[in-house]
Amino acid sequence: MSVVNYDEDVLIKEQGFDDHFHDHHHGDKYQSNFITTYIFSQDHKIIGKQFLITGMIWAIIGAGMSIIFRLQLGFPDDSLTWIKPLLGKWITVNETTGIGTLAPEFYYALVTMHGTILVFFVLTAGLSGTFSNLLIPLQIGARDMASPLLNMLSYWFFFIAGVVMFCSLFLSTGPFAGGWTAYPPLSALPQASDGSGAGMTMWVASLVLFVVSVLLGGVNYITTVLNLRTKGMTMWRMPLTIWAFLITAILGLLSFPVLVSALLLVMCDRGLGTSFFLSEIFVGGEALNHVGGSPVLYQHLFWFLGHPEVYIIILPAMGLTSEVLSVHARKPIFGYKAMVFSILAIAFLSFIVWAHHMFMSGVNPFISNFFVIFTLIIAVPSAVKVFNWIATLYGGNIRFVSAMLFAMGFVSLFISGGLTGIFLGNAAIDIQMHDTYFVVAHFHIVMGIAAFFGMFAGIYHWFPKMYGRFMNETLGRIHFWGTMIGAYAIFWPMHYLGMAGVPRRYYRFDNFETFSHFSQMNQFITIAAIIVFFLQILFVVNFFVSIWKGKRVTTKNPWGATTLEWTTPIDAGHGNWPGNIPAVHRWAYDYGKDGVEFIPQIVPLTDEEKENEADLH
Amino acid sequence: MAHDTAHTDVIPEQGHLEHKDYMDSHDGPAWGGGKRPFKASYGKLMMWYFLLSDAFTFAGFLIAYGAIRFSMPTWPVPDHVFSAFPGGFHGWPLIFVTVMTFVLILSSVTMVRAVQEGHRRNKRGVMFWMALTIIGGAAFLGCQAWEWNTMINEEGVTVTKNPFSTHLQGGTYLTGAEIEGAGFEKVMTETHGKTATYYLEPGAEDIEENRLFVKQNHQKEVLAGESFKEEDPYLITYNHDTHLYEPSAFKTPDGSIHKEAFGPIAFGSLFFFITGFHGFHVFSGVVFLLIILINVASGLYHNRSNNYEMVEKIGLYWHFVDLVWVFVFLVFYLL
Repeated sequence: MSVVNYDEDVLIKEQGFDDHFHDHHHGDKYQSNFITTYIFSQDHKIIGKQFLITGMIWAIIGAGMSIIFRLQLGFPDDSLTWIKPLLGKWITVNETTGIGTLAPEFYYALVTMHGTILVFFVLTAGLSGTFSNLLIPLQIGARDMASPLLNMLSYWFFFIAGVVMFCSLFLSTGPFAGGWTAYPPLSALPQASDGSGAGMTMWVASLVLFVVSVLLGGVNYITTVLNLRTKGMTMWRMPLTIWAFLITAILGLLSFPVLVSALLLVMCDRGLGTSFFLSEIFVGGEALNHVGGSPVLYQHLFWFLGHPEVYIIILPAMGLTSEVLSVHARKPIFGYKAMVFSILAIAFLSFIVWAHHMFMSGVNPFISNFFVIFTLIIAVPSAVKVFNWIATLYGGNIRFVSAMLFAMGFVSLFISGGLTGIFLGNAAIDIQMHDTYFVVAHFHIVMGIAAFFGMFAGIYHWFPKMYGRFMNETLGRIHFWGTMIGAYAIFWPMHYLGMAGVPRRYYRFDNFETFSHFSQMNQFITIAAIIVFFLQILFVVNFFVSIWKGKRVTTKNPWGATTLEWTTPIDAGHGNWPGNIPAVHRWAYDYGKDGVEFIPQIVPLTDEEKENEADLH
Repeated sequence: MAHDTAHTDVIPEQGHLEHKDYMDSHDGPAWGGGKRPFKASYGKLMMWYFLLSDAFTFAGFLIAYGAIRFSMPTWPVPDHVFSAFPGGFHGWPLIFVTVMTFVLILSSVTMVRAVQEGHRRNKRGVMFWMALTIIGGAAFLGCQAWEWNTMINEEGVTVTKNPFSTHLQGGTYLTGAEIEGAGFEKVMTETHGKTATYYLEPGAEDIEENRLFVKQNHQKEVLAGESFKEEDPYLITYNHDTHLYEPSAFKTPDGSIHKEAFGPIAFGSLFFFITGFHGFHVFSGVVFLLIILINVASGLYHNRSNNYEMVEKIGLYWHFVDLVWVFVFLVFYLL
């Protein structure tokens, strides 16, 4: 296999597209000082980093919460007094024994916030926000997003949403504690629980701001992909990352508005005394005036967002994984078009399966059949993707760098978590399993940990593009193996807990003789979770230290990848390419073609290739 | 922006990075890259996608409306509910909302003319037709304010109260004498400085749930003795003198005496919420139209040489809001 060294500058100069960039850019009036360059930046690369770092901060907060409630579950009798400086009144210390106990209502608040933060702030904004911003203009050959201004606003709406949510953590009544799904009546009656008052109001405000952010980002991503592809970048030449971001943005655009519908109606129930989601109900022995509403209606509206949301989380991870696997296996992605059609099929199906989250909610069992069938059909495009990833690896010249390890880890986790999805997609089994740890194990593996692995693969792979340096490879491998083993150590046992009927959401189990023999398993899970948590801290340290101290990137294309982002200068300014925009001549996966290790997309077809292509048409 | 007038056949992009006007300036397939596949600027596409998402928000509301409405045993009859007209007229079913709807649709027509004048690069024409559109939008909002006021203050419909409903069985309204003849006691009490006359079952506590009134309409005409069929609409009259709802007594063919019940409260909640959300869209539209009108007057869009695309974009929004009204009109006023 021969390695050809391409001179990107010459290729772009000769083949590229002159858009008179310099005629317009006498210096960059939008990036003239520190504030407009690094804070209110309109450069998609900076905005991507802002999403990433904000997402990392939220990930530490959200994961830290899980450690606190895991301590409660694993060691319910041990003292938590040492954590009182952080949690204050939520730890009550017994004066005689000195044992500090986590307040039960705060346990629910922690679980609720953990879910909300991880699902929305980390795995939606932090994942698709980061990589859609970073990669869409770079990989399709655009100077920036269609509207850099709205793109900047997208980040700042996310930021304000985060500030509101963060403030709600410090309310005297605590943040919202009714579950990240915010089902009525806990969400619709301010008096229903401590967190249902101001906590829920701020939760709604935060999420509405968050949806504004998603929509501003989404219309921008879609428009950019459709309108600003460079010359020659047909849809079928786009890398799978771009396909994934495009479809993710479409999912968000169509599903988040329905969440807004539900949340505005909930606010009316809370503030105006309407009964959209409330029927006859007693709170604290008092009969309320509400009549005629339906809490199940809320669940329908919520899960019309909620189910597409899990694909909003996992599709970008799939796209990143596909790209990283192909680059580091030095092989074209197997079944490119099948991958695209699988993404489209998954996206379509994700809109007609929402009620599989509601088999327990009194949905008509005959209607459930419909949702069962379409849920199980999702296994088909998912399996196509898994097959293609494995076929991509097969016979590949694999480079076991951190990014590649995480991408392969993604495939493993997606298989493990996906298989339990087939159990839960069946209404008959789901009714047994639904409120147990089996569900917790399933969704954490398939859309929690797997999405994180896709994200890590993306961060390790594109870190050189973001900061012009590499992350430390040794720490990266420790991070991978520790997290891989640790994640399975946390969630694999939970399947057994679930099958034994251990219910989710319980604060402690020692009143239940049936579950007492699981106490050591719960301790094991908690210890594994703590270790994995500190491994993520190691990653964060590696990330920030590498920004300033990492090994410098010396060539434009350190991974030998074909896509356009590696044709920009190492430290690309606003506008990405200093001269012409590169033109594209081939798809994104010419690895190992005709004995050449890789051929970038900007390399024109040879005469022989042109003939072959003509034969195909 | 440095576009000369010879450039106007190619609609340039208006961006913060002024780099996109190379689009469409070369040959190649529509989806081949370096071209805009829909021949639309990014701004227009973004407006379309925003409207698509907004349509899903409204769809969420209308589906909630359908789910709640069809879970109710009764629902008010629109012809009966929406029958008032300015000037104290009653019994004009859907006439007022017809006027409202006509005004709104007319404002869509004027919007189309404004966009057309924009394509002709006629600044005065754009301003004229946009001004008419703003007047139409404001008139619609004024109509809505009148309708809300009538519903709340005349009829007594609020987000938690609905005096409109539909009879589940036929019957005849009773006179005071008939109610007394059936053994009820006549009570006259001072309420808010006025005398309220109602009937109580002997021994029954004098609370709202137990009071029976003689049926009367808004003009204080007594309707006692009138017969009605099953599924006929009714309104529990709100007496503005006594601040009391006056649920009437009626007799069914089997001779039993009943009291008219309040209708499902979801009707009022949904009506005010959904028409309010739509009205908020109209209001926002009027504000945006005003801002854009000022910019048109300043010559900003004329100098952009893109055929007043901003007017076209707000036009898309305006037509969308009108289209949503068609659905709101359908579910609240026609079905």
